[in-house]
Amino acid sequence: MNNTIISAKNLSLTFETNDGPVHALQDINLDIHKGEFVSFIGPSGCGKTTFLRVMADLEKPTGGEISVNGVSPEEARKSRAYGYVFQAAGLYPWRTIGGNIKLPLEIMGYSKAEQIERVSNVLKLVELDGFEKKFPWQLSGGMQQRASIARALAFDADILLMDEPFGALDEIVRDHLNEQLLDLWAKTHKTIAFVTHSIPEAVYLSTKIVVMSPRPGRIADVIESTLPSERPLSIRDSAEFIEIANRVRDGLREGHNA
Amino acid sequence: MRSFFPILTVVSSIFVIWYLAAIALNSTWAYDKAKRADVTLTFSQMVADTLAQKKPLLPAPHQVAKEIYKTTVLKKITSKRSLIWHGWITLSATLLGFAMGTGLGIVLAVGIVHSRAMDMSVMPWVITSQTIPILAVAPMIIVVLNAVGVSGLLPKAVISMYLSFFPVVVGMVKGLRSPDAMQMDQMRTWNTSRLGVFWSLRLPSSMPYLFTSLKIGVAASLVGAIVGEMPTGAVAGLGARLLAGSYYGQTIQIWSALICAAALAASLVAIIGVVQKVTLKRMGMAL
Repeated sequence: MNNTIISAKNLSLTFETNDGPVHALQDINLDIHKGEFVSFIGPSGCGKTTFLRVMADLEKPTGGEISVNGVSPEEARKSRAYGYVFQAAGLYPWRTIGGNIKLPLEIMGYSKAEQIERVSNVLKLVELDGFEKKFPWQLSGGMQQRASIARALAFDADILLMDEPFGALDEIVRDHLNEQLLDLWAKTHKTIAFVTHSIPEAVYLSTKIVVMSPRPGRIADVIESTLPSERPLSIRDSAEFIEIANRVRDGLREGHNA
Repeated sequence: MRSFFPILTVVSSIFVIWYLAAIALNSTWAYDKAKRADVTLTFSQMVADTLAQKKPLLPAPHQVAKEIYKTTVLKKITSKRSLIWHGWITLSATLLGFAMGTGLGIVLAVGIVHSRAMDMSVMPWVITSQTIPILAVAPMIIVVLNAVGVSGLLPKAVISMYLSFFPVVVGMVKGLRSPDAMQMDQMRTWNTSRLGVFWSLRLPSSMPYLFTSLKIGVAASLVGAIVGEMPTGAVAGLGARLLAGSYYGQTIQIWSALICAAALAASLVAIIGVVQKVTLKRMGMAL
């Protein structure tokens, strides 16, 4: 029980709109353990991003309970327990790559020396060393997204929340970044919650896949991956991989017909 | 260079229209004079007269150019007949008023963006302030400030400020609110203070809006300074030249002061344009 990082019990969130209430999340029960890589997959409107935003205290749940690092999401946010990666890199054009990664460190009041050291460390981690002095527009989309991951890692939070971080990138770049992300996860032992709408991406990356379905947003299936931790890209052609992918697809289809 | 020919075309058509209008408007006086002298004018005599009158209804461009040359290059800068001297007096009030207006505008905008109470209460007054004709407000400001012993540069600068703070408030409110929801969420995930959000995100994001506002603001400042010179008894400044010219029917003097004011405004806007271009380029926000 001690290694439960995120725990949701009967979690619900209802948005009141002019067209009546929208049940974004209903009766969500889920535990995420330390060091797990959990993917959330489902069609749009299934609440996967909303769930991630609840963990990050960007949305308030309207029912049930959720704890992050053993405390409420708000306390977790205030103690800077997680790094959040958005779908867009969101780098500031007036800051260099180094300056962008330094931004949260400046806000959190790290010393100058430590800022410099941390920036160079995370840049190495995402294989962007040498790009510190470049401006965002001088980098490709994939490199920008890597810089934004570096920024989320810079202050060394144990949890990494990622909201479709590679959704806007082409498939070749995405494959490469997936490989890098697994490598990074192995090195840093972070707990990662990852929202995606790509089945291969979810199966390739995760130790646990949470399949969600819409109206109301709920969990349709939770799949513990049996794939080994060592995962070359070629693993996607293995029978085991295809079997898990099929189970995810079935879960999505059932949720859709329900 | 691409814009050279279009600009040349527009400028030359303005000159053609100006000359034709001068001939048409001044011809009445030319025929009047001829009638009293009991001579008949040929067409070319009439045209020559309309372009060389002492107090024409509409002076021709070359008359204005000659007057400007006479009152800038040929006069000592310290002379009270020098347009440069008058221009400087107006410019100093403009710049002081512009600085005050920009400061006031930014302070109000920061307040409006950060306080709901200010958003609800201040904004309507800001808009109302601009619906009052400046010509009605200007003499009151001069008289009131004079009564408390403030005269000279400051009252004019206050009128300048009254006109120039408005575009800055409106532009900066929009600029400071320009960060999108994702950027604001990101700041929230780092548990950033309001001050931190302001310095790292809101202020840099507002720069393109600020410069656009400053361009409008500086032109409004100049108008304010000129209006402020009119009720002071027309002693010094471009406004004074305009007023004195209209007292004595010196149309050439009026027009040369007008052209100088326009050139001054254009240069001020151009200077801000250059600063804008350099700054935004360095910030990676070039248009």
